[in-house]
Amino acid sequence: MILAIASGKGGTGKTMLSVNLARMLDSNVQLLDCDVEEPNDHLFLKGSVRSREIVTVPIPRVDLSLCDACGECGRFCQYHAIISLKTKPLVFPSLCHSCRGCAKICPRQAIGETDRRIGVVETVEVGHITLIQGRLDVKVALVPPLVRAVKARRQDGTPAILDAPPGTSCPVVATIRGADFVILVTEPTPFGLHDVELAAQMVRQVGVPFGVVVNRVGIGDNRIHDFCARQDIPILLEIPDDRRIAEAYSKGDLIVDTLPEYRASFEQLWQKTREWQNVGRA
Amino acid sequence: MKVAFTSRGETLQSLMDSRFGRAEQFLVFETETDACEVVSNQQSLNATQGAGIQAAETLARQGVKALVTGHCGPNAFHVLSAAGIMVYTTDAPTVAAALEAFRAGALKAMEGADVDGHWA
Repeated sequence: MILAIASGKGGTGKTMLSVNLARMLDSNVQLLDCDVEEPNDHLFLKGSVRSREIVTVPIPRVDLSLCDACGECGRFCQYHAIISLKTKPLVFPSLCHSCRGCAKICPRQAIGETDRRIGVVETVEVGHITLIQGRLDVKVALVPPLVRAVKARRQDGTPAILDAPPGTSCPVVATIRGADFVILVTEPTPFGLHDVELAAQMVRQVGVPFGVVVNRVGIGDNRIHDFCARQDIPILLEIPDDRRIAEAYSKGDLIVDTLPEYRASFEQLWQKTREWQNVGRA
Repeated sequence: MKVAFTSRGETLQSLMDSRFGRAEQFLVFETETDACEVVSNQQSLNATQGAGIQAAETLARQGVKALVTGHCGPNAFHVLSAAGIMVYTTDAPTVAAALEAFRAGALKAMEGADVDGHWA
């Protein structure tokens, strides 16, 4: 079971759900923090780092003794990461998407590759939870390769919860691709609805079954419920706008530990997710 | 010699565009003949990334030898220097005023970028 938790809008409760679901389970679980620009699951799960691996992407390296400045590499690159103005090519590593096209197209085979570091993947053991998190280096803008590196460390046979970045763009798509089910967390406000509509379209295009969790019920209005009813999207859980949840969260505490009355809700959510995952497949 | 100006319009009376990579267009002025030509920067305006690099490439292909603009970022400056294009900055309001300053030798050539990428 690979469960991705996404949202569209930021700050709706992806991390809160992810860490509490992982803690609630009593058997081994992998928690993948795919929000590599700002991983924060570790703030709630204190453990020791078992391993830290450097993640790199390939970028072109030009052998100037072979290059005849024909300019084919620059004409091919849609990202302007390599250009040649009747001169030896200039390479801009931060713009390169590692497609290797310049190396393939070079008539003189003058382009090889070299590694560019983009971040690290850390594995942290916290009781029955194996937390795998990516940390993108400062000034790096290329998120999906690091998300894929985090996901590549997932082991088959143990359930995995994927805490996605906010938004609906490439980093989120890289996270949810290959998941069995996606939970979209939202809140009953105009922003919440606007962004969950976009997120629902995105998840449909990727082709993963999904349901909605409405957080902070009591603020706003019924718009999320109406939207889900119209679109036949299951609402898997409603979490009330309870100040105690916010207080516990702000201290880095887990809701399932400090407010045990919510434990059953998370258990039900896990159950429902499994049921809907099978419905989605059928 | 061909000199390029980043411009918001298509005549010498147009306002200068202080951006280089995402300038609305370029006016390329030939100092020997006083001929002025509009060069589109549409491709760079539509680029998701690397606008400055592509704009520099456009000017290099036009045979431009000097650029007068408001600001220039590091990637663009790198390409412009490789192409042998001198870069001058000015806060002159119009292309005509910038051209006058350039002809009077009142502009100083830049030795490096004066802003980070994506500054505006």
